[in-house]
Amino acid sequence: MALSEQEVLAGLAEIVAEETGIDTGDVQFDKSFTDDLDIDSLSMMTIVTLAEEKFDVRIPDEEVKNLVTVGDAVSYITTAQA
Amino acid sequence: MTVMRTTKGPEFARIRGLGVFRGENVVPNDDIVGPIDSSDEWIRKMTGIATRVRANPETSVIDMAEAASRQALEKAGIDASDIDAIILSTITFPHITPGGAPILADRLGNTAAAFDISAACAGYCYAIGQADSLVRSGQARNVLVVGAEKMSDYIDPADRSISYLLGDAAGAVVIGASDTPAIGPTVWGSDGSGAHLVRQTASWFEYRDNPGTPFPTLFQEGPSVYKWASFKMAPVALEAIEAAGVTPDDIKAFIPHQANTRIIDQMVKQIGLPDHVAIARDIVDSGNTSAASIPLATERLLRDGDVASGDLALQIGFGAGLVYAAQVVVLP
Repeated sequence: MALSEQEVLAGLAEIVAEETGIDTGDVQFDKSFTDDLDIDSLSMMTIVTLAEEKFDVRIPDEEVKNLVTVGDAVSYITTAQA
Repeated sequence: MTVMRTTKGPEFARIRGLGVFRGENVVPNDDIVGPIDSSDEWIRKMTGIATRVRANPETSVIDMAEAASRQALEKAGIDASDIDAIILSTITFPHITPGGAPILADRLGNTAAAFDISAACAGYCYAIGQADSLVRSGQARNVLVVGAEKMSDYIDPADRSISYLLGDAAGAVVIGASDTPAIGPTVWGSDGSGAHLVRQTASWFEYRDNPGTPFPTLFQEGPSVYKWASFKMAPVALEAIEAAGVTPDDIKAFIPHQANTRIIDQMVKQIGLPDHVAIARDIVDSGNTSAASIPLATERLLRDGDVASGDLALQIGFGAGLVYAAQVVVLP
């Protein structure tokens, strides 16, 4: 069953926290992965891979550059799950 | 009816001796950050590299291969005439033909079968798999495996994707008969759907036919390569351990291709290697030397006393192709 955006956000926040040490509470819809959370391109790929496994979706490499904010990633995953 | 004769070799093969040659110049990050508008701090954070070794302009792929080969022969305690085949893994020999291996053989005073292979950063492990088979089939008593790369001939100082990682070096081993199992089955493969991920910026024809095309150099889609190597290669490494009939607890050293410490760290995590395993990190000082990186890293672990002759090591090469190969070996 597809998860709600809030559920995906919570799951994604756990992944980001594990990869970077950032507090889960700081992983919010409007936060930019690069500018706000200081996540570099390699850490982003780790987060994407772990998200693919966790949410059972495929996020093509060429799509990753479009996932600027946490909200972008949440909506991509939510749509892909639908 | 006449029955044709075939060869039959020893049951096992092993690495008998190892030799290396590192480019003569140690190049720190500060010397190369200008054209890529970067910093020592950024390169260390993204790759772990502090310095890379680069060869003098007049030093060729064959010069480096010869130096490493002579050392490997000496360590193995055998004469070049005892080598029945030479496999040179390189992507930087500057001729389409002839290959570099016959020239290397001639330099060593040898007329053995000699050929090049192109498997980029997986080339050393590809060649070890072939050498193991050649020895155990009886086709060759001893095989000289060489990974030699002068990567600096194919870099663009302004390229932010791969050039700043690369170094020049050669590593060589002699593979010969063994009384006990010492080279596990090679787990290898390819994924050509990722051929574009590490590539030459233009083909030789594009360079020839389109005036203004810069001399072709190397390029990579770094994050995609990171993802593939970090997450797809861990199962390959585990398969090599299982194929050898050992467990991660038996492994004393993990010697992956030295592409990036971030990849190495993620692979260690994904494989779930025990804490006692020594992790090769020669990349910090030598950079990414493609087919030479695993023998270089092996030499470093042995020299630093992190592992000893006779220990089991898991080695895995992966790179442009995409291609990969892994095996468990007994260290020389």
